[in-house]
Amino acid sequence: MTEPLLSVRDLKTHFQTDDGVVRAVDGVSFDIFPREVFAVVGESGSGKSVTALSILNLIPKPHGKIVQGEILFHGQDLLRLKDEELRQLRGNKIAMIFQDPLTALNPVFTVGHQIGEVFRVHRGASKKQAHARAIELLELVDIPRPDQRVDEFPHQFSGGMRQRAMIAMAVALDPDLLIADEPTTALDVTIQAQIMDVLLKVKDEFNSAIMLITHDLGVVAGVADRVMVMYAGRVAEMSSCSDLYYNPKHPYAWGLMTSITRLDQERKDRLLPIQGTPPSLLQEFDYCPFSPRCPHVQDVCRKEYPVLRQCGSHDHTAACHFAADPGWEPPVELVAEKVS
Amino acid sequence: MADKLLRVEGLVKHFPITKGLLRRRSGEVKAVDGVDLSIGQGQTLGIVGESGCGKSTLARCILRLLEPTAGKIFFEGEDITHVEPKRMRSLRRQMQMVFQDPYASLNPRMTVRDIVSEPMAVHGLHKGKRRERVGELIERVGLNPEHGNRYPHEFSGGQRQRIGIARALALQPKLIVCDEPVSALDVSIQAQVINLLEDLQSDFGLTYLFIAHDLSVVRHISDFVGVMYLGKIMEHSDRVGLYAKPLHPYSQALLSAVPIPDPVKEKERRRIILRGDVPNPSNPPSGCRFHTRCFRSEEVAASGEDPVTIGTVNTRQVARVCVDEVPSLEEQGEGQGHLAACHFAKQKQVI
Repeated sequence: MTEPLLSVRDLKTHFQTDDGVVRAVDGVSFDIFPREVFAVVGESGSGKSVTALSILNLIPKPHGKIVQGEILFHGQDLLRLKDEELRQLRGNKIAMIFQDPLTALNPVFTVGHQIGEVFRVHRGASKKQAHARAIELLELVDIPRPDQRVDEFPHQFSGGMRQRAMIAMAVALDPDLLIADEPTTALDVTIQAQIMDVLLKVKDEFNSAIMLITHDLGVVAGVADRVMVMYAGRVAEMSSCSDLYYNPKHPYAWGLMTSITRLDQERKDRLLPIQGTPPSLLQEFDYCPFSPRCPHVQDVCRKEYPVLRQCGSHDHTAACHFAADPGWEPPVELVAEKVS
Repeated sequence: MADKLLRVEGLVKHFPITKGLLRRRSGEVKAVDGVDLSIGQGQTLGIVGESGCGKSTLARCILRLLEPTAGKIFFEGEDITHVEPKRMRSLRRQMQMVFQDPYASLNPRMTVRDIVSEPMAVHGLHKGKRRERVGELIERVGLNPEHGNRYPHEFSGGQRQRIGIARALALQPKLIVCDEPVSALDVSIQAQVINLLEDLQSDFGLTYLFIAHDLSVVRHISDFVGVMYLGKIMEHSDRVGLYAKPLHPYSQALLSAVPIPDPVKEKERRRIILRGDVPNPSNPPSGCRFHTRCFRSEEVAASGEDPVTIGTVNTRQVARVCVDEVPSLEEQGEGQGHLAACHFAKQKQVI
């Protein structure tokens, strides 16, 4: 088996608030392998963005703090690096694409200047060289007339083009890992399709791995190799993409699958939502955090925290007491899918 | 057409673009540019389109929160386009709105009880029994009536949206305009709110105008669907017709871009990827507004299946007629009442 590119072990990132400690990420472990697309799925507040920010140590201080864990990148623990060493790494070996490209771009510099900046800072390129590389990159992400566009400002770009420029900037130094935090959430569907295409294209071009953070199960289905489902700051289920969609084990993952409206299936008369709302993260869970909403809840779920356990294939794990041997049948919709 | 609860004819809304200190008019944004639609009692009309297509402006014009530039709006057969404010006020009892952002649309300094009872106070309804009525409404939308004394910040996004719905229901309206009511919510919560909206519709015989950009949500809730692009309706059909047999190339592209949560199907799919972005609505393209991005027009120009004169738009070869003539929204295809505004409409299965 290949060595993982990134290994996160028992990461805990907490935030100090007036109401107490928010356990935004509370014991998350996962590996990302070279050149794979690793998707992190979850609802707002599940801790997926905080996990990503923790990797690059971009947690807002002083309220947020990584209180425990290891983040091994090429075997090196990022949490032990000095600020200067970390700065060398960011943008260079690990790059990030944010949800909102307008706030991530500086409005007073041209797009070309900002893309070229990475070459000047990290590679010591001259202004002229940086400018030329910026044009090449804009062309790579399919921006029309890149030689003219390069000298324009972010406000002259449309939302889709800004996100392309962000991608160009992120892949500029040929990173091994690209973290994309909801890269298409702010965009319309037709633009979303374009951006996902570009993202996969640059991934192949530069042989990067992608950590794709999203709440959109449709986007994940099309691109991911492996998926991690997060709930209440912890991992609920982790598996290959097809296992998650055709054979989910955690009742939360089932719930997500059955509650969405799907264009590929007959219209249902009624949706099957997950009841209730996600729990507050001010508490430390010594029981299953999903148990108050779970349709199959048992006594043990209310008493004991379920550790991740293997179920089905070797790389399929779920944090449910009954993951390996559920005493209930998965929802009809999913079974029907599996057979067809 | 007398039985339609709401009918809109040729609705136009242009926003002026002003320049300089004297606010000279230098142009206008054609947000809504000639829209006809109607909704029958108890039905749901979904309007889909990308951001900037004018769907929210359309909704606001219908409720006369914005003054339309031209066109007519009929509510229960009465022309309400220019009725005086006093009459409009009483008409608003019949038509309410649910907003997109449950964080911005509730006053943070009012308790839930105050928020839900405010419309009744404004219209002087249920005097003396308001408290009771508010309790009923809060319970009906799935919240605990004991929470009436709480403030909006104590609730989650989904719960706030329920409060917004309770407020819209307070006056027992006939029409509710829902402007992206679930797009700010997480998927598991979206389903709860959609189910609630459907239950309320069957219980109270409500009519919905449902504005959204999510095509699968619109399919779930709507009886009829209109697809908007740059201020115009491109295709209008019943639910089944639009999703199974879309006629307009824009609807086809839109549908094919929606990702499907099934890895095998999704990876096998061939999607239509549109080039470029939506043009600026202050200077929409001539002829068919979609011709700058249309693959169908290119197809026709290239194949010669219809003998057409060819035009060139930014190095693309398209059918000349698409650049010159505005296609009218008319019945096409096999389905009755399936309207498309396209010179070369052709069915294409995309899902």
